[in-house]
Amino acid sequence: MIDAQVLLFHAAGLHARPVVTLTKLAKTFASRVLIAANADGPWTDAKSVVKVMRLKTPANAHLYFRAEGEDADAAVAAMVTLVKNDFVGGPE
Amino acid sequence: MSNVGIVIVSHSPDVAKGAADMVRQMVGRGVPLAWTGGNPEGGLGTSVEGILAAIDSAWSDAGVAILVDLGGAETNSEMAIEMLPAEQQRKVVICDAPVVEGAVMAATEAWGGSDLATVKRTAEELNREPD
Repeated sequence: MIDAQVLLFHAAGLHARPVVTLTKLAKTFASRVLIAANADGPWTDAKSVVKVMRLKTPANAHLYFRAEGEDADAAVAAMVTLVKNDFVGGPE
Repeated sequence: MSNVGIVIVSHSPDVAKGAADMVRQMVGRGVPLAWTGGNPEGGLGTSVEGILAAIDSAWSDAGVAILVDLGGAETNSEMAIEMLPAEQQRKVVICDAPVVEGAVMAATEAWGGSDLATVKRTAEELNREPD
């Protein structure tokens, strides 16, 4: 299990467009990828666009990622990078 | 890999095109997408012919998920599906979901290569209470 946290600074928080970008990126990994707004959960399937949309995370909150599987390291690193890059550079 | 296609059917061509624009901008070009709206006279409405053309345009071997707005959009979509060849009929479903939000959710799911049943379930998950 790989864990990481990252500060969400996107001005509008985790609104529709970032959620779609984030979900698409999660889907590119074989690992189970989870996201949470708190370090102790509840954990949400980062590949589920509807569930991630329900997080409604505001700006300047921390996001927590966790992945389990063969490419878990790469998955968590990519998710953190995407948030740090303000959701620019996700999969087309 | 062929992803499930998305068809947007609204009484208003502006709504249908706008929803399709949102899908294109948010999800990208990795999903076959078509929209139809308005009647042949240029007014509000939907037509079976327009829906058939949209299904054809967004066709994928993985199937097509249709998002509809109100009454006639759904019944005309059902009629359009009935007019398809039998082997195509099985690969087209109408999602019970809001047209704009459902289209974005369905397209995001389709982008990742999910099958038709999963794409439909994701769009319809919008209507359900969280687990």
